[in-house]
Amino acid sequence: MPTISVDKAALFKELGQEYTTEEFDELCFEFGIELDEDTTNSDRPIVDGKQEPPQLKIEVPANRYDLLCFEGIALSLNIFLGRKPLPEYKLAELSNGELQSIIVKEDTTKIRPYVSGAILRNVKFDQARYESFISLQDKLHQNLARQRTLVSIGTHDLDAVQGPFTYEALPPKDIKFVPLNQTQEMDGEELMTFYEKHQQLGKYLHIIRDSPVYPVIYDSNRTVCSLPPIINGDRSKISLNTTNVLIEITALDKTKLEIVNRMMVTMFSQYTAEPFTIEPVKIVSDHNNQTRITPDIAPRATQAEVSYINQCCGLNLTPVEICNLLRKMAYHAKPTTNAPNLINLEIPPTRADILHQCDIMEDVAIAHGFNALPRSFPSKSGTIAQPLPINKLSDIVRVEAAMAGWSEVLPLILCSHDENFSWLNRKDDGNTAVKLANPKTMEFQVVRTSLLPGLLKTIRENKSHSVPMKIFEVSDVAFKDLSLERKSRNERHFAAAWYGKTSGFEVVHGLLDRVLAMLKSAFITGEEGLENSAVGDSQYYIKELDDPTYFPGHSASIHLRIGGRDHVVGAFGILHPTVLEKYELRYPVSTLEINIEAFL
Amino acid sequence: MASDLTNPILDALSASETILSNEAFPSTPSSTVKSALDRLGSRQMLEYETREKEVITLTAEGQEIAANGSHEAKVFAAVVAAMDGLKIKELPEIVGKDNAKVGQGNAFKRGWIKKDNDLLRATQDSIVDETRELLLTLQRTGALDDGKAITDLKRRKLITPSKEITYKISKGPKFAREFVKEETDLTAEMLTNGSWKTAQLKPYNFNAKGAPTPAGALHPLNKVRQEFRNIFFEMGFEEMPTNRFVETGFWNFDALFVPQQHPARDLQDTFYISDPPTADPPREDPLNDPHRPASTQTGSQTTKEQPLDYQKYWDNVRETHENGKFGSIGYRYPWSADESLRLVLRTHTTSVSTYVLHKLAANPRPARFFSIDRVFRNEAVDATHLAEFHQVEGVIADFGLTLGGLIGFMEVFFAKMGIHQLRFKPAYNPYTEPSMEIFGYHDGLGKWVEIGNSGMFRPEMLESMGLPKDMRVYGFGLSLERPTMIKYILFHVLEFFQIANVFLSLFLFRYAVSNIRELLGHKVDLHFIETNPAVRLEKD
Repeated sequence: MPTISVDKAALFKELGQEYTTEEFDELCFEFGIELDEDTTNSDRPIVDGKQEPPQLKIEVPANRYDLLCFEGIALSLNIFLGRKPLPEYKLAELSNGELQSIIVKEDTTKIRPYVSGAILRNVKFDQARYESFISLQDKLHQNLARQRTLVSIGTHDLDAVQGPFTYEALPPKDIKFVPLNQTQEMDGEELMTFYEKHQQLGKYLHIIRDSPVYPVIYDSNRTVCSLPPIINGDRSKISLNTTNVLIEITALDKTKLEIVNRMMVTMFSQYTAEPFTIEPVKIVSDHNNQTRITPDIAPRATQAEVSYINQCCGLNLTPVEICNLLRKMAYHAKPTTNAPNLINLEIPPTRADILHQCDIMEDVAIAHGFNALPRSFPSKSGTIAQPLPINKLSDIVRVEAAMAGWSEVLPLILCSHDENFSWLNRKDDGNTAVKLANPKTMEFQVVRTSLLPGLLKTIRENKSHSVPMKIFEVSDVAFKDLSLERKSRNERHFAAAWYGKTSGFEVVHGLLDRVLAMLKSAFITGEEGLENSAVGDSQYYIKELDDPTYFPGHSASIHLRIGGRDHVVGAFGILHPTVLEKYELRYPVSTLEINIEAFL
Repeated sequence: MASDLTNPILDALSASETILSNEAFPSTPSSTVKSALDRLGSRQMLEYETREKEVITLTAEGQEIAANGSHEAKVFAAVVAAMDGLKIKELPEIVGKDNAKVGQGNAFKRGWIKKDNDLLRATQDSIVDETRELLLTLQRTGALDDGKAITDLKRRKLITPSKEITYKISKGPKFAREFVKEETDLTAEMLTNGSWKTAQLKPYNFNAKGAPTPAGALHPLNKVRQEFRNIFFEMGFEEMPTNRFVETGFWNFDALFVPQQHPARDLQDTFYISDPPTADPPREDPLNDPHRPASTQTGSQTTKEQPLDYQKYWDNVRETHENGKFGSIGYRYPWSADESLRLVLRTHTTSVSTYVLHKLAANPRPARFFSIDRVFRNEAVDATHLAEFHQVEGVIADFGLTLGGLIGFMEVFFAKMGIHQLRFKPAYNPYTEPSMEIFGYHDGLGKWVEIGNSGMFRPEMLESMGLPKDMRVYGFGLSLERPTMIKYILFHVLEFFQIANVFLSLFLFRYAVSNIRELLGHKVDLHFIETNPAVRLEKD
């Protein structure tokens, strides 16, 4: 969730009231934002010899782009508190000929196809407003615009350039200009090299760097206004004294493009000579049917069902009461005359988060107060509790192992490729393990296919513990399985490890016998011809195993006979000394690992 | 050996009514005496009183003086022996360096000798060596009347005070001449041969702990998990099949109405799978899939179920994102099937809830589901973040559910964990609307702590599955580790701080302040697992 820093004194002045930290925290809580910090009593940085005034750091929901700046937070809280109505945003009425325009060239479809614009005429900045204006662009870039990949904003001093503007896509070599706050002219390629190491801009270069054409906005004198999404030209840069601001926005995503435009103009049009009035810009883009006047700040008309809202909230409000509550959340809402179950709504251009009447219903609940909703208990329907069968089986094994004196551990499911394979003297045949594409560390390269690495690492980290150590785990491993929708499957395993001065081979074997006995599986031996139809739901036998994980001659495969079929369900044995060496273990270790799903 | 003294003590007591240990056994250390007395005393064969007396003993230097005279006396003797004065520089050779240095000064101070150029001469024929006399008296009687002299001797490090413990011993009610050998334990043999009738059993030490019992242990986090499972079972929930770590973008995100450009789908946050490369579109599970939820495996209900149309589901999800459907305007972006078929490690168990809710669409009915299992996030690992953790998740589906019902349910649910004060904050979550963060008042910390998230699943998500419009579904979740760290560990530490076992509390304090890795993963201390008490969430 984004965190916005606002000047405390200025905000309280806007809200017409001083709040204690607790009172303001309460207000935020009810409205659905979170006061992270009030810096009044903290060490605040000193900038230009003056200590920063107290700030309120406010966390806002990720879908409330209208709360990403001081202006938006002040406005929404004032409306919520009933102190101010929602402003009526207007487009300046100009004849078509007077409109500034951006003419879009078809080549832009190759790199960044959409553009939108708006003009704030006779705007009056001061230091705080100017900083907020810059900061909102930054927040929008970080959040909705996904680090400028989807949308990027350029703001310009309209008086320093000359419309009409063109939006083009040209080879980098052909674009030459002086970038913002630089003195030297450079072309597109030089610019990439120049900003390669730049702390802020370096991370955006990849968005267009390898493209044969770069997007660029020119004025009618071929002055570069901006090279989206990287940087503006120096010529049109804005300052505290700029009075006419051209906002141009380019994008890959049409919807987010217009949301960004609406946020910029609704938040800052209050500072224009004629407040809340925006001068539109004509976009000429016939090749992709995007010719239009921007921004579109008309409220979105929709309807919501009174019964739905009441039913979800557990309230019994009249349409008028609902409309009154919705007014606190910045809607224009009116009961309909002909359909008593519907209310007519206008969703303001600031509320990009409203997609469905459930969003409207939530706003009614917030305006009413979540904590004031009538509380009930959803008990009218009886349901039957039941455990997942595999978890019930796991619990039987876990409890039996613990009762036998073993301690349960809970290692991680992800591990390194080496831990899962080569350290156990196992080869990766490429058809076994699920591999991760983007781990941040070597620790997490594959989903384990065996519980052994986790057990052995646990022992390694517990060498100060007295010996023998007896540990176990019952949990899932995962295997590739191309026959399934998700191309992989989990498998529930039980594994145990003994670490002590002697090998513990028979001890681990004994644990296997005990657990299988508790699962009603009977031991059958070769001497009895493997035909001992001993009591039990199933039978098991073991066979000497030749496996490089284990010490030669001291490991066995475990065979389960169930429903007349034999399955190899696992193995146990003394670990090979080379395995111990990899896991930095000084004493002998015997392990046991079985797949318990056959017992389901 | 202590037992060696038991019979001598009994012998001495038979000769006189009371004895004093320092007289009867002057050279035996008092600890040895005491251990014998305690053994006899525990059988009421004798009684004793402990007397402590401050005594003064001579230091090594003091003993030397008592034996051979003080430094000054030695100097005086040397000077007298020289007949006609002693050369000052010869003195160290005769009496030794140390004696010469201290003794010469003291002899001058007492006026026993005087200086005559480079010679020392005696001023009198004989002297009384007071220091030696005092020390000899002390050695003999252990006391001295002259307090000033004692202070002076202490200062000169010739004597040192110490405690002498004496036991005044008298016969007890069960006095006997013989101390019968104690049996350490009652044995089968004693029962057989009847010797238990006369045997004296060594008294049990009721102040010590018993022998450590060999014990296995369940992991503390799993004990907390079991408590949560029990709460869910008590409230009628069925456990969901979460044994599926690998999910598709479809089930993990798209079906939950999480847009494809959502930051949660970044490489920075989600583990993507490189091998196997890509998934299939959603389809019916194989018939014998052991991972299906229990309810769909039970016979009678299955007859009522309508077959699920997976293609329709897929199309609904696409349309809801792209153009909007079911009363929603949607996110209005071009939805990519490839993105939906990317394989991921599930970032939440809500992917499984989605799967189960879709199954419910075959026969929409009131249902309650829960799961507690591992989820994966590609986070930088630090003290409070692991790439893996456990998510506790509950889902309630019913017709006509209200928001107040969710609040009321949460109150009961958390009351079962001993958390009784809750409040709810509006929040944002892409797949629930309304969304509420749940805050619980933590008495120990004295503040409101976020303990979970909840909400009603969005109609875009539910209606795409084919669930009826008037069926509403609550979802709520919390991390198993977080309340465990906040509530359980912290509380136990506070408890342990109240007992005066500094080491234990320091040891446990580590778990509260430091690191989630010490709760989950291979770095967990086995001792911590083995000694962790049972979990009773409602009491802890």
